[in-house]
Parts: sequence; C-alpha cells; structure tokens
Amino acid sequence: MPLILDIAFTHIAGRARQTVVAVIGVAVGVGFSIAMAALMQGGQDDFVEQLIDTMPHVQITDERRSAARQPAEQIYQAVEISGLRPRDDRRGIINPTAATAWLDAWVPGTFSATLRAQGVMRYRSREASASIIGVEPEDERAVSPIVGEFVRGSFDALASGGNNVVIGDRMAERLGAKFGDTITAVSSTGLTRSFRIVGLFHTGTTARDEGEAYMLLKDAQILAERPNIINDVTVKLRNPYASPAVARRIEAELGYKAVSWQEANEGIMEAFIVRNIIMYTVVAAIMVVAGFGIFNIISTITHEKARDIAIMKSLGFGQGDMQRMFVIEAVAIGGAGAAFGWLLGFGLTYALASIRFELDAGGQEITELPIAWSVLHYLIASAFALGSAAVAGYLPARRAARLNPVDIIRGAT
Amino acid sequence: MSDLIATRNLTRVLPETVPVTLVEEITLSIGKNEFVAITGPSGSGKSSLLYLLGLLDRPTGGELAVGGQDAGSMSERERARTRLAMIGFVFQFHFLLPEFSALDNVELPMRKLASLSRPQMRERAAEILSSLGLAEHMKKRPDQLSGGQRQRVALARALANDPPLVLADEPTGSLDSASSEQVFSILEAMVRERGKTVVAVTHDVDMANRMDRRLHLIDGRLANAEATA
Ligand SMILES: Nc1ncnc2c1ncn2[C@@H]1O[C@H](COP(=O)(O)OP(=O)(O)OP(=O)(O)O)[C@@H](O)[C@H]1O
Ligand SMILES: [Mg+2]
Repeated sequence: MPLILDIAFTHIAGRARQTVVAVIGVAVGVGFSIAMAALMQGGQDDFVEQLIDTMPHVQITDERRSAARQPAEQIYQAVEISGLRPRDDRRGIINPTAATAWLDAWVPGTFSATLRAQGVMRYRSREASASIIGVEPEDERAVSPIVGEFVRGSFDALASGGNNVVIGDRMAERLGAKFGDTITAVSSTGLTRSFRIVGLFHTGTTARDEGEAYMLLKDAQILAERPNIINDVTVKLRNPYASPAVARRIEAELGYKAVSWQEANEGIMEAFIVRNIIMYTVVAAIMVVAGFGIFNIISTITHEKARDIAIMKSLGFGQGDMQRMFVIEAVAIGGAGAAFGWLLGFGLTYALASIRFELDAGGQEITELPIAWSVLHYLIASAFALGSAAVAGYLPARRAARLNPVDIIRGAT
Repeated sequence: MSDLIATRNLTRVLPETVPVTLVEEITLSIGKNEFVAITGPSGSGKSSLLYLLGLLDRPTGGELAVGGQDAGSMSERERARTRLAMIGFVFQFHFLLPEFSALDNVELPMRKLASLSRPQMRERAAEILSSLGLAEHMKKRPDQLSGGQRQRVALARALANDPPLVLADEPTGSLDSASSEQVFSILEAMVRERGKTVVAVTHDVDMANRMDRRLHLIDGRLANAEATA
C-alpha cells in the first residue's frame, strides 16, 4: 500500500468513534438524497408518461403562427410591415388529401385527421355546449386516449352506421340522457341533426368528459356545413421525444401551426426544471452539513498529529504529501459514507416503493408512490458527498501542510 | 566548492514581541568526511543552528549553502528533496511516529525516496536496526521501547537513505555509557569508513575531543575561531 495511504488509514483508525459519526452523517445525507431523488423523479416520470399517453404528440391545426409575407415585402427588400396578425379565418387545412398523404409518407407513427367544430347538444329541454369532433374511427383509435375508457358501449360502435355519437359520461349526466337515447346536435351555423348515443366514456379529465362529442368525420362535416374539410390533425409518434423535430418539419412544410406536446406543456416542463434545481440545492445543502462532520474530524486529526506532520516534513515529505494525506482521509470517510448511503438510499427507496394506500381522487385511484430507480441518483448523491468531503479535508489539510516543522518541534521541546 | 556546508553571518531571530536571537552571525564551513562536534551551554543555540543547517528552519539573515547549493534560493520542494536524500537528522527528542513499529519508522524515509523495492527496504531497515543492537525490538512501537532504544531507532531512521550528511542533536544524551559508546562508534564509522560527514551536538567533553573539530557556541555566537584537533 502506498505510504501516504498507509499513514492516512492509521490516523482514521485512531479516531474510530468520530470517524463512525462522520460516516453516518454522510451516509444519512446520501441515503435521503437518493430516496428523495427517486420520489421526485418518479412523480415527474409518472406525470410525463400520462402527458405522453393522453396528449397528442404533435397537434396540427389550421392556424398560422405568423402573418404571411406581404406582397410589398416580397417585391421590395427594404419594405417591412409590422403589426400584422396572422390570418384567422380558419378555413381548414387546404388540400387535406395531399397533406395527409404527405404525412403518411414519412411520419414515424400514426395520425388522425379530424374536424373540430363548436356546437350544442340538446336533449329534451337541456343543453350542453360541446366540442364536436369528427373522426375516422380506425385512425382515431390509434391516437385517442378515450378509446379504452368506455363505461358503456364502445368507440367502434361509431363505425356501425350514420348518426351515431359517443359522449363523456358527465355530459350525459348534464343532459339527463342515457346510453341509447337520441340527442340533438346544433352546429354554430344553426343546423340541427339527431344522433344516437352509442358510447359513454370516462377519462377522469373533466373538460373531456363534460365537453367532447365524437362522431364520424362525414357526419361532422355535414353538421358543420364544411364538406371535405379537416382542421385538426393529431399525431402519435412511436418515439414521443422526437415530437419537437417532427413538429418543426411539419410546420416548415405545410405552413400550419404544429405543436409538440413539449411545447404545449412548456410551463409544466419549466416547473419541473425549477423543481429539480430546488431538489439538488437541498441535496447540496445536506452534503455541506455532512461535510462539516468531516471538516471537524480532519481538523482534529491535523491538530492532534501536528507533531507527526512536523516529523514527516523534517524527514523530507513535502507539503503536497501532507495535503494529499488529509484529503485522502476525508475522501475515504466521504467514500465510506457514500457506500453506506447507497445501501440506506436503496433501502429507503425500496420501502417507499412498497407503501400501498387507497386514494380516491375524482375516480383516479393511486395505490402506490411513483418511484424512479436510477443509477444516476446514486452517482449524483455520491459525487456531491465526495466533493464536499474533498473540500472539507482540503481546508484543514492546506493549513496543516504549510506548518513550519521547526515551530512545532521548538514548541514540543 | 568542496564544502558540504558553508555559512556566512547566518542569523536566526524569532519575531516575537521582544525578538529572540537564537543564533547570530555564524560563519563556518564544513567539508566532506568531517566529524564535527557542536558544544555549548544549554540554551546557547546548538539545536537552533542544527535546524538551520538541516534546512528545517529558514535563517533571518546571512547565507547558507548545503552541498554547494544556496539554500536561500531553494523552493520548499527542493528543500524537502534535499532533506530526504542528503540529510539524516536525529532530534534531541526522538520524534518517532507513535502508530508505527520501529521497523516501519526506519522504512519511512526509504518509502518516500522510493529508490529500493519494498523487500530491500525491509532488509536494509532490519540491518541498520540490528547494527544498533535493536534486533529484538524491531516490531515494537515507540511506546514499547525505552528512551535509549527510541533514540537509537531515530538514529537508524536518519541513516535510512544513506545520506552524505548526518546532523545529530545530542544523539547520546539519554543513553547509558555502553549504548552511547555504541552510537558514537557507529557515527564514527560513518565518517571513517563510509566517507560521510557527521555534525553532532554533544555535552560529553570526552566524546567531543574524539571528534575532528569542535564548534563552541555561547549565546548564539561561535566562541572559538575554528580550533582543529
Ligand atoms: N519558541 C521560543 N520562544 C522564545 N525563545 C526560544 C524559543 N525556542 C527557543 N528559544 C530560546 O532560544 C535559545 C536557543 O535554544 P536552543 O534550543 O537552540 O538551545 P540549545 O543550545 O539547543 O539548548 P539545549 O542544550 O538545552 O538543548 C534558548 O535560549 C531558548 O530559550
Ligand atoms: Mg538543544
């Protein structure tokens, strides 16, 4: 074993009790940091997973993000017209067949072209405003989160003939209508048609359950008096994390606004970043506290061993040797703490993961804590621990290494 | 310059509120293969002078060259290197590392120098300890040894790297006459047979007389102008 290590371990071994306390300090810090990270990351992953499951990965609408370049700008370079707003006459996506064929050719996933229109559902004397969504059931079933959420009937029943509708259970409640009843849909232009309820869904998202009504695309186009028009394409990708790139390409080619799920949830994503910053600040603070324990023990050793430092320096050991020796002692304590901390962190995370509880929040039952297992948490926590240990050892080590040996020898004689 | 040690007006003053002069204006030169005694009353600055010559302390005035190299212009690292390879120092008080056995203590400077393999170091350390009559005590820690034995372990440690210069601060001070004689003859053999230079502080007039030169210190100053035997 290298000499400096040899001496370093003799020093630590000579202070067993204080060493144990310092190691426990680091271990508790590392352990709780790991468990906290697992819980926070778990919650975040869980949430993002739900977003990915329920949100369109890319949503293309017939809006434009910016105003078209004006003829004057196209002709004269110096001309710049500001203050223009993008056109919002919402005519639908121009040439839908070509657009869908183009998407079909390269988008790595599936998509559903729909017509969304505002309208009112009426049953007897009751009314409820509704987002009327005209879909091709085969296409929609691949991208829509409601398909698997039916309390009565099914999504496929839409295809069984004309004038069928599926609505959310809350809308049915508000209308007082039941499965199989015939309700009236009124379009914004005042056109009225009758539809039979062939399915009731419950997604847990109130806005959906209360406000959405799905029907065949053809029926919706007739009701809204917009034949052959689509104005909304929902894309689900095989790799949801490719969404921003796909959205950018679609928007560049088609010119319509294409929004990735990340963009649509920008605020939440930013909140997660802030949350992570806060979490790692707390981890750093815990490690600084653990570092005090190490600082304490190394300071004690350097005081206690001042004479040994003087002896070794007088034999020809350099400042660097002395410094290295105490930093090694500190890092060894930090490392032992990190190792025990891994065990503690693993145990805590395991315990958290096995907690079961009943919670009925709006029909959503959470029965266990979302936990993310990640080696990264272990590495980050131990990196913090070792970094803090190195600093905690370096400060007293530097002072001790600079001691003039004769000052101590003179004092000792 | 063939002098191993050369000083000019070497002075060391402690910067206390009332400055304390430890050694003052010492000019001397010690050549290779000399056996030099430093004598003087207690508190006359013998240890202080030895610390300066051993590069353990920095002078506040004057010049010092060790092995032809100006000590004032050496970096901290160079000074440490010179102490390790060129100078063996025996303190007035033994100063061994308490957690390590006699053998380990003697190996310490060898391991830092790292010019031998571990088994060679062990062998050499054992050899030196045996020659000092400590063959039976090599595995003992300093607190299991007597004062005289510790002093001999400290001498063994000073000889570990086979340095050309040995500085010893009362190496026989706490030994009985038989052990002192043994230590003295080892130092003498270093000079006579191995060509080393030994500078030793001693209170023993008899011993001082058996050495080549005597430097007498009084109140931090050299009293005799180079009396050679
Ligand atoms: N830290 C200190 N503060 C003030 N004075 C000191 C200090 N260290 C040493 N001295 C003084 O410096 C002088 C020289 O001390 P030094 O140890 O060199 O003497 P010495 O000749 O080795 O004595 P001894 O034979 O007793 O070992 C002494 O008078 C001592 O009192
Ligand atoms: Mg002395």
